[in-house]
Amino acid sequence: MKNQLTDEGLREDLISNDELRSQSEELITALVSNLSTENFTNLDSDEWSPVIEILGGIAITRARQGFSPRETGNFVFTLKEAILDVLQQEITNDPMALFTESQKINRIMDSLSVVTFETFIKGREEVILRQTDEITEISTPVIRVWDGILALPIIGTLDSARTQIVMENLLQEIVETGSSIAILDISGVPAVDSLVAQHLIKTVSATRLMGAECIISGIRPEIAQTVVHLGIDLSNIITKATLASALAYSFKVMRLEVKKINTVTKF
Amino acid sequence: MDKIPILRMGAFLLVTIQVDLYDRLALNLEADLVQMVNKTNAKGVLIDISAVSIVDSFMGRIIGNIASMSKILDAETVVVGMQPAVAITLIELGLPLKGVHTALDMEKGMNLLKSMINETEEDADEDQTENDFIAE
Repeated sequence: MKNQLTDEGLREDLISNDELRSQSEELITALVSNLSTENFTNLDSDEWSPVIEILGGIAITRARQGFSPRETGNFVFTLKEAILDVLQQEITNDPMALFTESQKINRIMDSLSVVTFETFIKGREEVILRQTDEITEISTPVIRVWDGILALPIIGTLDSARTQIVMENLLQEIVETGSSIAILDISGVPAVDSLVAQHLIKTVSATRLMGAECIISGIRPEIAQTVVHLGIDLSNIITKATLASALAYSFKVMRLEVKKINTVTKF
Repeated sequence: MDKIPILRMGAFLLVTIQVDLYDRLALNLEADLVQMVNKTNAKGVLIDISAVSIVDSFMGRIIGNIASMSKILDAETVVVGMQPAVAITLIELGLPLKGVHTALDMEKGMNLLKSMINETEEDADEDQTENDFIAE
């Protein structure tokens, strides 16, 4: 069996490319060195773990590099084909032996390809999870617009998980800066349904409990329409059409005034 | 048995909760505080819960109760220094504590109470002058 497999290196890398060759060689060395007749069909045995590890590593790098599943799967399947070819050449006089050996090879290579696929998908999912984390992290900045006034522009759809993050960030920032007014700007929220409105009301109530005032701004006409059509009561929340008017209101509450200076043209 | 001290400062009562409240302690606090408001004729109650990290619905209700009871006895209640986690929990429990005033810290709470009391006094004065005017 070992002899049959040692000369695999050349056949496998039909797909050329240096990196691929080194990957295949690594895999085949591991495969060959760990082969023994008694554990041949038992993939759970310890002897197989280096092979599975290498395959897993290859699958994960491929997932990160953006290979398609077909390409990754073919990597293992071409190896199987190559081995079967060699088998055919070696065992020419005994069809029965050829058949049993081929079946063994088939079984083991199929399990290996399943392992590869699993790791490939796991790798992909990791990438997706990381991206989701990054998006939520980026998309909820709390801006300090004035001493004691915080603004929080929300861009994208609000779901429960995101509201939770928004709320936590906002409340934490309120504690840290000691701000008494928070402006929640929803001009970047594409649609407001009853659930989103519920989340907004929750955020406003939580801010109120902390001892700060919360203003919702950036309500577009369509959103105002949907809110009223849905019968959502926003009457006990201060709402403003634009961030500018929310800021003006905050200044009034804090008894601040923005003035135009009468400039004397004396340069 | 544990007791939460209630301090008097001018027309206000200060309560600083520095331990995690268990039900019995909260009930005692409620009773003591109402007694104290009645005895000292306080105009405002400041409850500092900045050290409280765990609340349940019972605690939320007790705070609401204290506020309503003080209101009947003509004293405003201000809860100050609520932790973000506590605020989120109360909201998730569906207890927005309507009728309780809130402030970020002791100083802001004190200012809020003062301004509220001034307003009511001004209103009273206005009523007084109006009455005088009518009397004339």
